Amino acid sequence: MAETPKAPRTTPRYSATFSPEVMSEIRRAAATGIYDIRGAGAKRKLPHFDDLLFLGASISRYPLEGYRERCGTEVVLGDRFASKPIRLRTPVTIAGMSFGSLSANAKEALGRGATLAGTSTTTGDGGMTAEERGHSQTLVYQYLPSRYGMNPDDLRRADAIEVVIGQGAKPGGGGMLLGQKITERVAGMRCLPPGVDQRSACRHPDWTGPDDLAIKIEELREITDWEKPIYVKVGASRPYYDTALAAKSGADVVVLDGMQGGTAATQDVFIEHVGIPTLAAIRPAVQALQDLGLHRKVRLVVSGGIRSGADVAKTLALGADAVAIGTAALVALGDNDPRWEADYEALGTTAGAYDDWHEGRDPAGITTQDPELARRLDPELAGRRLANFLAVMTLEAQTIARACGKSHLHNLEPEDLVALTIEAAAMAQVPLAGTGWIPGKTPL
Amino acid sequence: MPTFDLRTASLRALNGALHALRPDTNETRWTVVNPDGRHAIAVGLDAPIQVEIEGNVGYYCAGMNKQASVVIDGHAGVGVAENMLSGFVHVRGDASQSAGATAHGGMLLIDGNAGARCGISMKGVDILVKGSIGHMSAFMAQAGTLTVLGDAGEALGDSLYEARLYVRGTVASLGADCIEKEMRDEHREQLFAKLKAAGLAGEVDPREFRRYGSARALYHFHVDNAGAY
Repeated sequence: MAETPKAPRTTPRYSATFSPEVMSEIRRAAATGIYDIRGAGAKRKLPHFDDLLFLGASISRYPLEGYRERCGTEVVLGDRFASKPIRLRTPVTIAGMSFGSLSANAKEALGRGATLAGTSTTTGDGGMTAEERGHSQTLVYQYLPSRYGMNPDDLRRADAIEVVIGQGAKPGGGGMLLGQKITERVAGMRCLPPGVDQRSACRHPDWTGPDDLAIKIEELREITDWEKPIYVKVGASRPYYDTALAAKSGADVVVLDGMQGGTAATQDVFIEHVGIPTLAAIRPAVQALQDLGLHRKVRLVVSGGIRSGADVAKTLALGADAVAIGTAALVALGDNDPRWEADYEALGTTAGAYDDWHEGRDPAGITTQDPELARRLDPELAGRRLANFLAVMTLEAQTIARACGKSHLHNLEPEDLVALTIEAAAMAQVPLAGTGWIPGKTPL
Repeated sequence: MPTFDLRTASLRALNGALHALRPDTNETRWTVVNPDGRHAIAVGLDAPIQVEIEGNVGYYCAGMNKQASVVIDGHAGVGVAENMLSGFVHVRGDASQSAGATAHGGMLLIDGNAGARCGISMKGVDILVKGSIGHMSAFMAQAGTLTVLGDAGEALGDSLYEARLYVRGTVASLGADCIEKEMRDEHREQLFAKLKAAGLAGEVDPREFRRYGSARALYHFHVDNAGAY
């Protein structure tokens, strides 16, 4: 007797809307009653530099010889008003990250790596440490709403001052450093009791708006005798207006941080749903400077998800003068390294996905104040790794620039780029590959 | 005694001259006339000198002061003595908002009233206001003392850390996590010392003041307190 065939079953299918990640977050929220806090930047897939390609030289353009012809990489930041602008060998700088969120060893390693590479590193919320100043040839000192550790001596010891309005991971948000990372030293630098959750305000305490910002910048210039370049850092949300207002307020440099830019700790909902991607922010910022006749006078530094020399070249081609890296620099130091996989698993995560930087239990010894964990990071070796990574990024950017026939990274231009997707073409304002179509700019 | 007339000399020349002083300078008394509300007058000083400003000043006068004594014989704009580290700043008139913001040390004395956010995020300074202060004063104040002989506006001491607030008059309302606390002998002694430093010893009775400080309930974020923010 023939068997009755079983009806075929469909393969189990996850919902795109209610994905396993979404459902696990619903269960977590239902169990705890509180939003999820984590470090790092946006993890969702966004239009990014991977959606752009360079058009190498061909009959219409000459390439430069890869190993013989010079392709400059140096950049000057702060030559609009400062009497002592900073001069860097590479346009890849290190973004602001605080002692407190990072261990002292990690801060030292960032300084060492940046110095070896001939670039700058940046303090964060919590002030300037002696180790960081000592190991950083060029150090940018952040001026934040909290003013933790802020003092005129460090202001004068700095090579540049960065007035922080916001950051890409949380434009419009303040900071948070949970009590478990507030050691005696961190607390002392911030004038807070040890172990207390440390909140950083989202607005500066003594100014609001661009007119006040201009006066604040004047004060900082007067205190430092007009020597130091003044940066203004904004999270990417309204880049045209923010860049224009920062320039109008007297900034030498505008730092524009897209939503892929990392943070030490904030709400996941903030990181993933507030702000715009780095790719979408650059052209409006450049346009603002061009409209004011200030492009290449007020310098533009772009950060948020920059991982390679290709990203550097694309950012500069879109009109930036330099880039800043944060997460990529931490990875170069050793963050999320699979060598600590057993420890990551013990924390319920895996190497490459660890983002609970606020908890202070980082197996790699970077986002922690635990002395045992912090000892895992050798600042000299980690600094060397960072320097290597910065060198590779610079070499990669040069490789692309030479292929496009450019004798300096700053000669890269939007005309060297095409986009793989309509979204990227619209955001970067370059043609969709194989067409002359720039959505919103040219007719289809 | 050098005198700077800001109608004929530039602000840069004034601040540059004050910054160039050596620690053992003999030029310890400076006068600034016709300030005309200019911003950033006498900022970033770091010498034991006295600067008397004859008139009204704009934003950030005596900002980030160290060691110096700065007297403003007039009214002061936003952020007078902001982020002061040490020294003495005296406003003989009224002060606008954010007076003494984030200041770490020294003393700020205001003879008149101070606007909103007086002592915001203060980190160790002693502020004494003979008049009244505006709303949101001592917001997120971390350390130091804020003494008010008059009244305090709404939301005093919101999200306060360890700063001590002494108010003689009425308080319109207290901010999140700010409560009235017992005035013990140690507090009366501290208050007396601050009054004495302001030249008010014997003129003002510390027993007339109430003390406000942090309930410390919000020191660690907990969802049960979400409604307090």
